[in-house]
Amino acid sequence: MNCRAEVLEVSVEGRQVEEAMLAVLHTILLHRSTGKFHYKKEGTYSIGTVGTQDVDCDFIDFAYVRVSSEELDRALRKAVGEFKDALRGSGSDGMGQISLEFYQKKKSRWPFSDECIPWELWTIKVNVVNLANEQERQICREKVGEKLCEKIINIVEVMNRHEYLPKMPTQSEVDNVFDTSLKDVQPYLYKISYQITDSLGTSVTTTMRRLIKDTLAL
Amino acid sequence: MYHQAVFQRNKKNGTISLILQFNLAIKDIPEVTHEAKKALAGQLPAVGRSMCVEISLKTSEGDSMELEIWCLEMNEKCDKEIKVSYTVYNRLSLLLKSLLAITRVTPAYRLSRKQGHEYVILYRIYFGEVQLSGLGEGFQTVRVGTVGTPVGTITLSCAYRINLAFMSTRQFERTPPIMGIIIDHFVDRPYPSSSPMHPCNYRAGEDNGAVYPSVEDSQEVCTTSFSTSPPSQCVFTVTKAHFQTPPPVVTDTLKVPVMGLAFSHQLSSSRLSYQPAALGVGSADMGYPVLFAGGLNAAHPHQLIGPGKEGGVPPVPSQPAHGTQADQERMCTPLDGVHYSAATPSSSEDTETVSNSSEGKCGSPHDLLETIFIRKVGAFVNKPINQVTMANLDIPFAMFAPKNVELEDNDPMVNPPESPETESPLQGSLHSEGSSGSSTGNTHDDFVMIDFKPAFSKDDILPMDLGTFYREFQNPPQLSSLSIDIGAQSMAEDLDSLPEKLAVHEKNVKEFDAFVETLQ
Repeated sequence: MNCRAEVLEVSVEGRQVEEAMLAVLHTILLHRSTGKFHYKKEGTYSIGTVGTQDVDCDFIDFAYVRVSSEELDRALRKAVGEFKDALRGSGSDGMGQISLEFYQKKKSRWPFSDECIPWELWTIKVNVVNLANEQERQICREKVGEKLCEKIINIVEVMNRHEYLPKMPTQSEVDNVFDTSLKDVQPYLYKISYQITDSLGTSVTTTMRRLIKDTLAL
Repeated sequence: MYHQAVFQRNKKNGTISLILQFNLAIKDIPEVTHEAKKALAGQLPAVGRSMCVEISLKTSEGDSMELEIWCLEMNEKCDKEIKVSYTVYNRLSLLLKSLLAITRVTPAYRLSRKQGHEYVILYRIYFGEVQLSGLGEGFQTVRVGTVGTPVGTITLSCAYRINLAFMSTRQFERTPPIMGIIIDHFVDRPYPSSSPMHPCNYRAGEDNGAVYPSVEDSQEVCTTSFSTSPPSQCVFTVTKAHFQTPPPVVTDTLKVPVMGLAFSHQLSSSRLSYQPAALGVGSADMGYPVLFAGGLNAAHPHQLIGPGKEGGVPPVPSQPAHGTQADQERMCTPLDGVHYSAATPSSSEDTETVSNSSEGKCGSPHDLLETIFIRKVGAFVNKPINQVTMANLDIPFAMFAPKNVELEDNDPMVNPPESPETESPLQGSLHSEGSSGSSTGNTHDDFVMIDFKPAFSKDDILPMDLGTFYREFQNPPQLSSLSIDIGAQSMAEDLDSLPEKLAVHEKNVKEFDAFVETLQ
C-alpha cells in the first residue's frame, strides 16, 4: 500500500513553534478523529459525538478549532514540547521537522510482532527565525498567521479528496485502526516523531522516534 | 439517513441546545436555525439553486461591506454506487469539520471576534445564483469539500474578500441605506457583542428608489467613528428623516448642496458647533442624526462636506434613538432608531418613525437640499481666515492666541521672530514677567513665564544648572556666515578679494604642506 504523504513548511519565531505545530496537528486530528464507537449486540455500532473548541494563539494572529478532548491535547502538547526543546537545544540553525503518521496495525502470527502499515504521513518542516526587534516580531505574528491560514486550507483540501481511509473495523479489530485509549475521542492510530536538522541539512546524530502510544509491546 | 439528536440542557441564564448531527456537537443558535429554515422553505439545494450564506460587515454609520459568501451547491453528477449510510455520512461529517476549520481562517472571522461598538457582522441566507459582485476585486475562493451522493454532488465553497479597504461609496450606490441614521461616537451602547443577529431583508435586484423593505426586527448596531483625527473637514452621511420635525437652525459659514436618496436635513446647530457647555445636556436637548463616515468620497452625492472638529466628533452625551422626539430642539429622528431600541421600550414609536420616514423617502427622494454648516477648525490646520471667525475658533490654547485674526505674515510658524541679541545666558525666547533672574528679551504677549523650574535640575551641583543651560541654548545666535553683513556683500566684492586671499595662501604654502605631512 502506498502511504499518502503531505509536506508543509513553516517559518516561525522560536516562541511560535509550539502554537504553530499544535494548530496544524490539531487540525489534522480533527479530521482524523471520530466519536467513540459503541458496538451493539447485532454487530452494529453507534458513534459518539465529538466536541470542538476554539483556540486562540498568544504569539500568532491566528485561531483554530480543535477536538474538545483534554487527553488528546495533552498528548499533542507533550510531543510538541519535546520537539521544541530539541530544536532549542540542538544548537543548529533551528531547522527540524515533526511528522504525524497514521497507520494500521496488521496482526501477525507469533513470533512476529504486529506490523504497522502507514497510510498517511504529514510532515511539517519548521524553520526557526531570529528577529531583532519588536516591530519585526509584530510583522512575524501577522505573517505566520497568514501562512497558517494557508496551511489549514491545504490540509482541508487534502482531507476532502476522499482518498484512502481504513475500513470501519469490527469490534474485534477496532484497536487495529483506531486509538481507543482516549475517553472522549477516537482518532485513527497515529504516531508523532521529529527530526532536528543541522545547518548542513542532514539529520543530527540520531533520529528520535517518539511513540505516543506503545502498541508494539510484547 | 441522518443521525440527529437534540440535546437540551438548562443553564442558569438560559437554555443551550446542541445539535448532535454528523457526530459533531455544535452549539445551536435558535434564531439562525429559524432563519435558515425560513430561507429553506422546505426545499433543499438543487441544480441552479444554491444555498448561500452571505456574511457582511455593517458599521454604525450605515455603511456595509460584504465579507464572504458561503455556498452549498448541488450538481447533477451522481454516484449511484456510493453507500449513503456509511460513506456519504462520514464524508458529510468530514465536510462539516472542514467547514469549522475554514471558518476560522477567513478574514471575516478576525473581524467577527472584534465586533461590537464599531461594527457588527450580519448574515443573510438566500437561495439562487451566487452573487459575488459585492466582494470586490480579487476575492479568493476556497473549496471546502465535495461529497458525491446518489442524487448529486454537493460542493461547499467559500468566496471571501481580501481587500478589506472600506468601499462605502460603492455600497451606498448599490444598496440604499435602509438602516437610516446612525449616531454618536461617544455613546456607550448597551449591546453585547454576542447578541443574536438577524439577516438583512434587502434583496438583490430591487431597483434603487423603490420602497425600501421594512426592517422586521431590531438590529443592534453600535456607533463608530471612522473619521481620522484631527480632521479639518468631516464627511457626513445623513439620512432623511420624516417631515414632522422642524427645519434645521444652523449658523452660517459654509453652504453645501446636498442631494441623495435618503437625507436628514435636520441638524441642530448645537450639534455642529462645539460648545463645551453642551456637555451634560440630556438626551432631550441634543438630537444627533448625523452619520459620520470618515474617509468617504467627498464628492459623493450622499455626503455632505461638513465641519470638522479637531479630534473628531463633538461629544454627545446620549443616544437620541432612545427617547422622546417631541422636543423642539431635537432636529431629527433617526431612521435607524428601530435598530437601536431592541433593549428599550421605545421600539414601538421608533417603528412608527421608520414607517413615516419610509414614506418620506418615497415621496421626495431627490430633494435638493442646502444646509449650512459651521466649519470647525482643527488643531493643526491652516486656517482660511475668511471663513473663520474668532467665535468659531476652537484651537488648543486658544486663550494664548492673539485676539485679532492672524495674518500669515504674523504667523510665528511662517516667519519666526528674530533672535534677540542676548548679553547673558539668562536671556532667551522664554520670557518671563515679574520673575527673578528672568530675561528682558522678546516680549511675546502669548507666553508669560513666571518662573522656570526645570524638572530634575539642581542648582547646587553644577555651575550652570539645567534651567540656565536651557535658557542659554534655547535661542542661539545666528551663524555669522548667515548674517546680513556677509550676505550683503556683492559677488563682485567676493571675486575681488579672492586674489589677495590666494596670495596669502601661496605665501604660507610651506606651512600648510608641513601641516598636511603631520596628519599623514
